[in-house]
Amino acid sequence: MNILIPIKRVIDYKVPVRVKPDHSGVVTENIKMSMNPFDEIALEEAIRLKEKGIASQLTAVTIGTQACQDILRHAYALGVDQAMLLETDKSLEPLAIGNILKAIADKTDAQLIIMGKQAIDDDNNQAGQILAAKLGWAQACFASEVNIEGDSATVVREVDGGLETLKLQLPAVITTDLRLNEPRLAKLPDIMKAKSKTIEIIPVSDLGIDLPEQIEILETTPPKPRAKGQMVGSVDELLEKLRDLM
Amino acid sequence: MPHLALMDETQQLLQNTVHDFAQAQIAPRAHEIDTTNQFPRDLWPKMGQLGLLGITAPEAYGGADMGYVAHVMAMEEISRASASVGLSYGAHSNLCVNQIVLNGSDAQKQKYLPKLISGEHLGALAMSEVAAGSDVAAMQLKAEKQGDSYVLNGNKMWITNGPEADTLVVYGKTEPYDNRSITAFIIEKSFSGFSTAQKLDKLGMRGSDTCELVFQDCKVPAENVLGEVGGGMKVLMNGLDYERLVLAAGPVGIMQACLDVIIPYVHERKQFGKAIGEFELMQGKIADIYTRINASRHYLYAIAKLADMGLATRKDAASVILYCAENATWVASEAIQCLGGNGYINEYPTGRLLRDAKLYEIGAGTSEIRRMLIGREIFNETK
Repeated sequence: MNILIPIKRVIDYKVPVRVKPDHSGVVTENIKMSMNPFDEIALEEAIRLKEKGIASQLTAVTIGTQACQDILRHAYALGVDQAMLLETDKSLEPLAIGNILKAIADKTDAQLIIMGKQAIDDDNNQAGQILAAKLGWAQACFASEVNIEGDSATVVREVDGGLETLKLQLPAVITTDLRLNEPRLAKLPDIMKAKSKTIEIIPVSDLGIDLPEQIEILETTPPKPRAKGQMVGSVDELLEKLRDLM
Repeated sequence: MPHLALMDETQQLLQNTVHDFAQAQIAPRAHEIDTTNQFPRDLWPKMGQLGLLGITAPEAYGGADMGYVAHVMAMEEISRASASVGLSYGAHSNLCVNQIVLNGSDAQKQKYLPKLISGEHLGALAMSEVAAGSDVAAMQLKAEKQGDSYVLNGNKMWITNGPEADTLVVYGKTEPYDNRSITAFIIEKSFSGFSTAQKLDKLGMRGSDTCELVFQDCKVPAENVLGEVGGGMKVLMNGLDYERLVLAAGPVGIMQACLDVIIPYVHERKQFGKAIGEFELMQGKIADIYTRINASRHYLYAIAKLADMGLATRKDAASVILYCAENATWVASEAIQCLGGNGYINEYPTGRLLRDAKLYEIGAGTSEIRRMLIGREIFNETK
């Protein structure tokens, strides 16, 4: 079985995000970038499926500029067999990403797509769902447990009321939640080997795909600093204050 | 770590990986390792699995074949998490592993490197003796040829990783037992006649075990000579150049650890109604600390890059550790000052950082020896 793992390059989760002075976006120059943490979880799950002998070929794919090759090298160091960069300078919306990934799923003959439930930069939480709909495949989002048997997948997902277990017919799209697994660190010899692996670069413009632009970002503003807390003397006082607020 | 723009993709990934590993596996234990003075032997197989122990070794022996910039990066991040683990890591991966990589025969590499690189075995190197510290050529350990073996008699002092080491590179004197007859040997812990004396009680670097090694008619097969018989002085001096370079990342890691403590503290600690970081005297301190750290670090990475190109010189290796070590002691002392009363109590790590930093002005050649080497080399070059 071939698995496709779409990954995204984002500002590293440990870096404090700063808004540009002109409010046109956030500062990305000279800032540490890395693989979206939810995608790292997706990649880990795919690698484990390969180690169990369930998956045969793992392909990592990302969409973006030449700079995004670093997360593909990271994916190589972790254990994917193939890596693709769909090159574009544009910042794409989830619908466009869904369109592009559909073409790549066809090209790589994937039976399973595992990806992060959302990217930590724009937090859209849409690409996986849109992709499944475009492909006409089954989908299971926010997976906290994945089991594959034959041509079906059992996925435990976290919902508000607790856990929900779904059984899906492959091919399918699974998006990963935080508790699915703990991603491994790349081993140093594998980091070295990743250096010489080939990244297939395909200009997005060559795919001849519709890239709809439906959203215009008017302004980016930093969140208001949190107001200083108040100490209360007793539970009664706390309740009183809460009542006043409501 | 150096500025992002100065690192390539592979180096960034390596830096990230070692940082994550060191912060998760080592940093939470630094205080305990210091207070209990217990060597964390269990970390070695974990470091081995990640590929940290054979960073400069060829792939054929299980190494990562990454070179000195990579080794320095790993050493900096491990020392930032715990300087004592960093020191033991340096002694293992550079002093022992890299010396075998540089000077070993293929058979010796096949036999010793894989287990050292996986972390199954612990490595050490022994040159100093009670009466031969800075004057290392005055060593007395005698290696007498008897048939196909050498019989070693004598003692080695202040040996990092000594108590638990399985494989040790040891320098001794073969016939005619003068300064030109120093020879390096690979010793296995199990060799009869080899033993270790009591673990030394040190000011800092606690948990990085140090002891005396005792050789009493210790029989070493001739095939365990590392390099040429009588060629030990060259092995030793070349090894020291790389040792100084890699160990210089220790004090840089310590300085970063100081900054890791100072920066949050000057925001949180309030006096006269505001964060102490608002005061210009404190800002001046932070500016001086930042400047020394970055001058040290970028000098270190420049020389490491030259080492990878085969262009590092003896004076550069001595100079970089001289500068980094003295700055680390100064920065750690300033870190205590920034934290005031809290800096002086052992609940905060600053006291440990100062005690640990001081070692680097002494180990791998004292600051005095380093100055002598640098000055002498510059003078001789320009005669």
